[in-house]
Amino acid sequence: MAYPPAARSSPPRQPSVKVILTTADVQRVVDRIAHQILEKTQGAANTVLLGIPTRGTPLARRLADRISTFEDVAVPVGVLDITLYRDDLRRHATRAVGPTELPPGGIDGKRIILVDDVLFSGRTVRAALDALNDVGRPASVQLAVLVDRGHRELPIRADYVGKNIPTSLAESVKVTLAETDGTDEVKLYGGTAS
Amino acid sequence: MIKHLLSGGDLDADTATEILDTAAEMATVAGREIKKLPALRGRTVVNLFYEDSTRTRISFEAAAKRLSADVINFSAKGSSVTKGESLKDTALTLQAMGADAVVVRHPASGAPHRLANWVDGSVVNAGDGTHEHPTQALLDAYTMRARLGRLAGLSVAVVGDVLHSRVARSNVLLLSTLGAKVTLVGPPTLIPVDIAGALAPGTDVSYDLDSVLPNVDVVMMLRVQRERMNDSYFPSAREYARRYGLDGPRMRRLPEHAIVMHPGPMNRGMEITAEVADSPRSTIVEQVTNGVSVRMAVLYLLLGGNNR
Repeated sequence: MAYPPAARSSPPRQPSVKVILTTADVQRVVDRIAHQILEKTQGAANTVLLGIPTRGTPLARRLADRISTFEDVAVPVGVLDITLYRDDLRRHATRAVGPTELPPGGIDGKRIILVDDVLFSGRTVRAALDALNDVGRPASVQLAVLVDRGHRELPIRADYVGKNIPTSLAESVKVTLAETDGTDEVKLYGGTAS
Repeated sequence: MIKHLLSGGDLDADTATEILDTAAEMATVAGREIKKLPALRGRTVVNLFYEDSTRTRISFEAAAKRLSADVINFSAKGSSVTKGESLKDTALTLQAMGADAVVVRHPASGAPHRLANWVDGSVVNAGDGTHEHPTQALLDAYTMRARLGRLAGLSVAVVGDVLHSRVARSNVLLLSTLGAKVTLVGPPTLIPVDIAGALAPGTDVSYDLDSVLPNVDVVMMLRVQRERMNDSYFPSAREYARRYGLDGPRMRRLPEHAIVMHPGPMNRGMEITAEVADSPRSTIVEQVTNGVSVRMAVLYLLLGGNNR
């Protein structure tokens, strides 16, 4: 069944890069999510933002910052490290464990909004839900993501989406943020040039 | 990451720091309502103890269970070892049962190294003869870092029966890797000639405890190991206590910030008095608590990923 590899003549491949969100776009999108959170949670009452490292952490801080600018409410922010809850721990070399920082008020009885950069398979969010279960009992859990690129492998959806990006599995989405990478940008690295 | 943890010298500064940092994260789990992490679900850890132990075995057991691993405890008493089964045959039995890690304590120095060649899983040395006890050194380093904020540049006196002490050997290796300066103190009969240079260059030896105390950040008292005292290393227990025991007046010669450590079990009145052991400077109880976090970190880093 194997075809000789030379038989296929394909044009020379260029790794294609497409900027999906520019720096200004990222800021607008964060602003919009902050407004949506305020709208959907009646002014962010009893709400805690938990960022999923690495890039969910600065995003959660930015959302809290924008929310306090818009409505003058201080939303507690925390970090939820999910390393020890991943379902692919054994497929890779040992991963370093990061800190989990819960806000002083804790998360019991609160409305938790998990914040991450990209929603893809949904496995990270599943791990986050497991981790959350071990650190407390929130009243409800919502999910905010900067980018939803589809291809879910679990029945998980986001409550707040910055941008839906239709992708193929060959493509990859890379989010960079000023806090972690120097610039705010979302790029799509393509399989084949189009 | 390394596959086995056999010696304090196996760890370079980066790996050792990674273990201590991971242990700090593991320690937060102890404060939670649910003291359990799923990281080692489905892994099997065997505690293979050929020598009596309370805290080390319990500590490893608690660490493995908090990471959701299955734990099999094996002690030589009441096993086929009393029928004459060799270490190798026991190891192969454990192998056949699918042990992912073997935590071994053995009276013979080097037994864990032999074991590491016989089994596929990871081997953790939990004390071998008078050789090494690396997880004790790690938890000591963790305790020093937690209390004093740093390890680099610390001056540490390790006092007592260095000759028979696996804790001392592992501590010298690990602490010098991490930038602390160690002084071994004890009667000349209990400090092997040239041990300092052989373990880690830069290590000092002193036979006079009182002159060392004013200049150290940490004083670590070693247990006088009566079970290994086959010769007369010192004239009497009272004389040892007078010259090398840490009592109240000696403790007050230490700098204000200095801490007192002991790996346990203590001979109260011999190497340490009750006043010192129960003082706020003593970290003896903290060391036990930290032991669980450090062993969780070691087990996670050895078994958590696909490091084969």
